[in-house]
Amino acid sequence: MASLKELKGRINSVKSTQKITKAKQMVAAAKLRKAQAAAEAARPYASRLAEVMGSLAAKVAGQDNGPLLMRGTGSDQRHLLVVVNTDKGLCGGLNSNIVKEAKLQARALEAAGKTVSFYLVGKKGRAPIRRDYPNGIAAGYDTGNVRTPGFDEASAIARELLEMFEAGKFDVAHLVAPEFKNALTQLPVTTQIIPVPAPTNTPGSSGAIDAVVEYEPGEEEILEELLPRYVTTQLFGALLEREASEQGASMTAMDNATRNAGELINKLTIQYNRSRQAAITTELIEIIAGAEAL
Amino acid sequence: MSLHFELVTPARLVRSEEVHMVVVPGTDGEFGVLEGHAPFMSTVKDGTIKVYKSAGSAPEEITVQGGFAEVGAKGLTVLAEHVEG
Repeated sequence: MASLKELKGRINSVKSTQKITKAKQMVAAAKLRKAQAAAEAARPYASRLAEVMGSLAAKVAGQDNGPLLMRGTGSDQRHLLVVVNTDKGLCGGLNSNIVKEAKLQARALEAAGKTVSFYLVGKKGRAPIRRDYPNGIAAGYDTGNVRTPGFDEASAIARELLEMFEAGKFDVAHLVAPEFKNALTQLPVTTQIIPVPAPTNTPGSSGAIDAVVEYEPGEEEILEELLPRYVTTQLFGALLEREASEQGASMTAMDNATRNAGELINKLTIQYNRSRQAAITTELIEIIAGAEAL
Repeated sequence: MSLHFELVTPARLVRSEEVHMVVVPGTDGEFGVLEGHAPFMSTVKDGTIKVYKSAGSAPEEITVQGGFAEVGAKGLTVLAEHVEG
């Protein structure tokens, strides 16, 4: 049986933990709104770029001399997994889910006889992936030193990836990043980013007009400029999704933690009151017994 | 008699409005887009986009860095990497 003083100490310590989790929850809720707005604001650019890509790629597709980024290196032996994790913890199972997905992909690729390496974005994925693949980490990008990773970070990552690709360090790159569904669910998804997958062209209203589109300087030159930008946009989207996912997961996790702390405080308070009562009762009995003995 | 003009950056939709004419700094030279322009696509170099709200009015200048301009049935869309201001 813990002494009264010990119990009181524990109650106080749980109370201050609750204060922290509650504050973190409120901060996450505010940041989540901002992150969601940012993710939404980025959508027009991504969808327009995809549209332009679609119409251009349909023209260049089928030609053997297309840009390297679209064609690929001709082999699919070496795979690079670009894993986007968060920089901060306190966000529930988000990071371990991302790492789990990445390892799953890596194992599937290795089972198919491919070699796998990792490119890590964000701090929290490093340790768990290094544990399983001590030599597999090719490079990484630290987003921890900026407050909200933006387009500049995305283009820096894309530049590095493209340099690695041009230097022939890998054949295929996949992006493993969380996809923000809502504050409760964030699913890690894997998408291929290099070579750029040929967009499934939907025959629609644009098809008829495209026939007479004039290109300046030329279709291939435009496509060559467009592809790196497309990769950047994909990474930028992943960073935004990560931001929203992190805040959403953090909000949910901290909400749970606050509630658990509340329950624990109640339990401890009851225990504290009981032992206090017991102590008083024993004291009284002692006094009465002492008085009677006289 | 107006052209639908959209300026989009990765971070947000900067402009979406009806204007008279837009002059875009293309890689192969500046070009002006009026309503009913033929479908056209060009890369954009760093420079200023001039937006003429109405015929004869003073242009509004927007500094952009890198990107694409696409003219289609829906109007002119400029995808820029950076927009100042």
